[in-house]
Amino acid sequence: MEPGAELEPLDALREAAAALEPPRDGIGWPQCSGASWQPGASWEQNGCDPLVCCCSFKGHGVFFTSRPGFCLVKTVDILEQFVREGGLSALMWEVCQQHAQAASPELQETLLNKVVCLPDHLSNKLRGENLPIFLPQNYFPLLGTEIIQVLQRISDSLRGGLDCSISFVSQVLGKVCVHGRQKEILSTLVPCLTDLTKSDCIWQRMCWRLVECVPDQIKIWEVGERADVLSRLLGNLVVKNKKAQFVVTQKLLLLQYSCPTAMLQNVLGYLALDNSRRFLLIKVLQELMETWASSSAVKHSPVEQQLYISKAILICLSHLKDVEIDSHRQELFTCVMEGMKCHLDSNLPRIRCLGMIVAESISSRINTDGPILKFQVRLKQNLSLLPRRCTIKVFAVGAVLCFLAWGRSNSQLHFHHSDDDFIPYDMSADKELKKTKAPLYIRDCIEVLTGPEDVEKWEATMRVLETLIQRNTAATQEVSVELAKVLLHLEEKIYIDDFMELRQKALVAVTVTDPVPVAQYLTSQFYSLNYSLRQRMDILDVLALAAQELSRPKAPGKSKLSSVQTPYIQILPGSDSSKDWRRIVDERIRSKTRRFAKVRPVELVCAPNKFSSVAGHFFFPLIQNFDRPLVTFDLLGDDHFVLGRLAHTLAILLYFAVNTVAAAAMGKALLEFVWALRFHTDSYVRQGLLSCVSSMLLSVPSDRLLEDVIEELVETQAWLADVAEKDPDGDCRRLALQNLLLMENLKTKLEAAPS
Amino acid sequence: MIATMALPPPDPEFVLRGTAAPVHTLHFSCRSQEPEFPILFSGSANGLVQIWNLKTHRVDKTLDGHGGKSVYWVETIRGRDELLSQGRDQKICLWDLAEGRSMVTDSVSMDSVGFCRCSLLKMAQDRWLIAMPADDPDEVQVLELPSKTSVCTLKPEAGAKLGMPMCLKLWQPGFGACPFLMAGYEDGSVILWNLSMGKMLSRLACHQEPVMSLDFDSEKAKGVSGSSEKVLSVWSLDEQQNLKVHKTHELINSGISDVTIRQDRKILATAGWDYRIRIFGWKKMKPLAVLDFHTATVHCVSFSDHSRPSERLLAAGSKDHRISIWSLYNQT
Repeated sequence: MEPGAELEPLDALREAAAALEPPRDGIGWPQCSGASWQPGASWEQNGCDPLVCCCSFKGHGVFFTSRPGFCLVKTVDILEQFVREGGLSALMWEVCQQHAQAASPELQETLLNKVVCLPDHLSNKLRGENLPIFLPQNYFPLLGTEIIQVLQRISDSLRGGLDCSISFVSQVLGKVCVHGRQKEILSTLVPCLTDLTKSDCIWQRMCWRLVECVPDQIKIWEVGERADVLSRLLGNLVVKNKKAQFVVTQKLLLLQYSCPTAMLQNVLGYLALDNSRRFLLIKVLQELMETWASSSAVKHSPVEQQLYISKAILICLSHLKDVEIDSHRQELFTCVMEGMKCHLDSNLPRIRCLGMIVAESISSRINTDGPILKFQVRLKQNLSLLPRRCTIKVFAVGAVLCFLAWGRSNSQLHFHHSDDDFIPYDMSADKELKKTKAPLYIRDCIEVLTGPEDVEKWEATMRVLETLIQRNTAATQEVSVELAKVLLHLEEKIYIDDFMELRQKALVAVTVTDPVPVAQYLTSQFYSLNYSLRQRMDILDVLALAAQELSRPKAPGKSKLSSVQTPYIQILPGSDSSKDWRRIVDERIRSKTRRFAKVRPVELVCAPNKFSSVAGHFFFPLIQNFDRPLVTFDLLGDDHFVLGRLAHTLAILLYFAVNTVAAAAMGKALLEFVWALRFHTDSYVRQGLLSCVSSMLLSVPSDRLLEDVIEELVETQAWLADVAEKDPDGDCRRLALQNLLLMENLKTKLEAAPS
Repeated sequence: MIATMALPPPDPEFVLRGTAAPVHTLHFSCRSQEPEFPILFSGSANGLVQIWNLKTHRVDKTLDGHGGKSVYWVETIRGRDELLSQGRDQKICLWDLAEGRSMVTDSVSMDSVGFCRCSLLKMAQDRWLIAMPADDPDEVQVLELPSKTSVCTLKPEAGAKLGMPMCLKLWQPGFGACPFLMAGYEDGSVILWNLSMGKMLSRLACHQEPVMSLDFDSEKAKGVSGSSEKVLSVWSLDEQQNLKVHKTHELINSGISDVTIRQDRKILATAGWDYRIRIFGWKKMKPLAVLDFHTATVHCVSFSDHSRPSERLLAAGSKDHRISIWSLYNQT
């Protein structure tokens, strides 16, 4: 800052200052040594303008830049006194009066700058020796109370019939907000204003004017007040002021997603509160719905933002009146249909669920008489969607459902603690008694499953099949492929509640019993015609589970135990399997990367890895044909969900192939696979690819990595860095970061090893 | 979640094999002091009553007094010196077992051909009441033992259409008080009879099917009954001597052949047609355990009368010729 330039507009005032304190040293005005600002006296008794005092303090800003030392300390003292004793309010009041008579804009600008930036200036100058009053957390609340005082004076003078401008105060407020100190200043300002505007219309008008003149209003909305208070404080600001309208309708809702739910409720409630503002509520809802129903937004925006938009939609809906819904029914309906399509199309369960909840809510709101959209999905994980303090009575159905489910699960928990003192035994085996006897031989099972319908026998067979296969290894091997074929094509002839699980377990058991032929059969079927996506995914799941089973060291006597436990990777419809998969990888990464404390490992049973010799049969046929589309199956096109599953499965297969001979070749192939697909638009596929990279880094020996694929690794690293930085999906970013960490570890390990 | 954390149901303490026929009734006698050992009486379809030594788990003695016809009720009187057994040969035998003897000293013949088990109530020293189905198919007869004089015959009013009595339970509100009889009938109703007046006090239609078994807790004035349906019915008796349904408990499979409340009134056990024994908390009918051991219908369940609660056992007899002995919920 150049002193000259800074001082120039103050020439006029300098004379007045000179009268107060003549210059003593060469630097010029103002004087520090011995100078003291006399509270009250300076402007009342001495007839000196408070502005002058302020200018002196303003001048210090210049002074600070040139000469620290004794003068500095003195100046700070004066400043402290000035601030402590109401100088700021006097100053602002003075400017407000001046402003009414058109004062110099430059002067105002400088004053504004100094008032707001005082804490910054002082802390820059004083570093550790700053006075507490100048710390932002103390200064800005003080400034808030000072502003109230100025407003008080202005209101008095308005009542007295004198004209006054409030714009300087607005500017101060706006600038403070721009500097990010809205929380501190509003914490004192808002309660006072809330109180004062309760019954006084002059105060209300002042308040509206105050906010209207604030240049960047977004921060004002974050005050966290209830809708009615907002309405009182802000009036019809959004209607009058284009900028405010933009902030509310666009900036707050569509261009960011960080506001807490309560704030969304307040702001939208504010829009709904007055009839003159309701058209904005509808406009907002239209825009939200447009975004919600846009397939590009669903695909490319982060989950958090979609959650935010869904919340806003639900809140808007709860505010809409029936008449308004009537007039926009068709429009809403179209949006729901479009949005539903792209949400259900998504590979991420959270997005699908979110879409379903919103669609259910809208449908229940717009269809007063007709059928209501209803999904048979449990909405358990979406409790977070709910605005916590829901003060609105008519809330979306989805939300209510969640509440109910929540309440029910809670009460159930309590029930178990409050009954008799006897602890019940496990009664899960208490099922309906079946009269028919289950078959005793594998061949009989095939006959029952393929033969004519005998409902009870069929069910009994399904229930006993897994155990039979595990017990009769030799008999199973004779018919393994045939059995796998039967099971793969098996349809649920009658309802059994865990049919999918039983079928999967049986298939896994067959694969484990006779790995090579069955794996060959399954992998060949994965790429053949005439299978549903469900069946193809079943194949993937079975291969992954069987690989796990085979690679798990198993004590001879304990085989039964392991099959009783629920498998690590439980891939059933509805369960989010990718989470489990990732958990395995995550755990592995965790165990590799950070070792703060040594955990003594549980003594493991030693056994040969049975997966070792057959891993190739599982892996290579799967990775071969992914880029050759069939009439019914196009992995690179519409069936990207299966592609995502395939990527995850390949990652798992390689992960379980750790320490096997084939691992290196598998890793190389997998890296090529990843490289070919790395820019896939679907985040689920990208997550799968990133898991593949993790598996590769973990399973392939590091010397082989260096020998075979060092160049690819370097390229991959660049890609990972890119993903970690730019990917819209949070999970992708996290996975990429973990991969980078793994690479870093690999590097340090190599450096540490003697070459 | 919680169900998966629960312990798996226990195995039987031990199993008694060797009845060579479906077991229809069981009765413990474990109260006597050392050196006497606890014993269990079993009555089976081949007409034999077997006395099991619960120390050695072997049959000590076999009583054959029903001519090969199924025995479906046994009960001791005078400690373990005398035993009553009811058989399908339409006879109730009184056995003298004192000092190693085993002979029928007396018998009462019944005309009923039903399956209704008798019920015994001790009124005073050496004086008992026994309720049993009477000559008329829908009547119940109460005799005094050992004199065998008829106390009363409980005859429903004409047109009540109750059918045959299926199960009986004699009880009295306090020792020396006037005795009552709870009887379950073929039409599914449970009836409270006043014996001194021979009058029906209350009738509760709590099942659609014949009542197979009932038990009554006179302290809580609450009883439980099972039928061939899928429900257990819990009913209560109010001060005006009216029976009211308290609650019903839905079961997974239909058919209850026996239900017994433990002497301490804490748990009850049911014998199911689905081969399973079920244990409930008596206070709230909270399901506690499902014991799946037998491979055929369970016919009877009985709790032991050990004087020490921690030794108490549960026995179940089944059509699969086995008697399973369980130790459950006896740590107080």
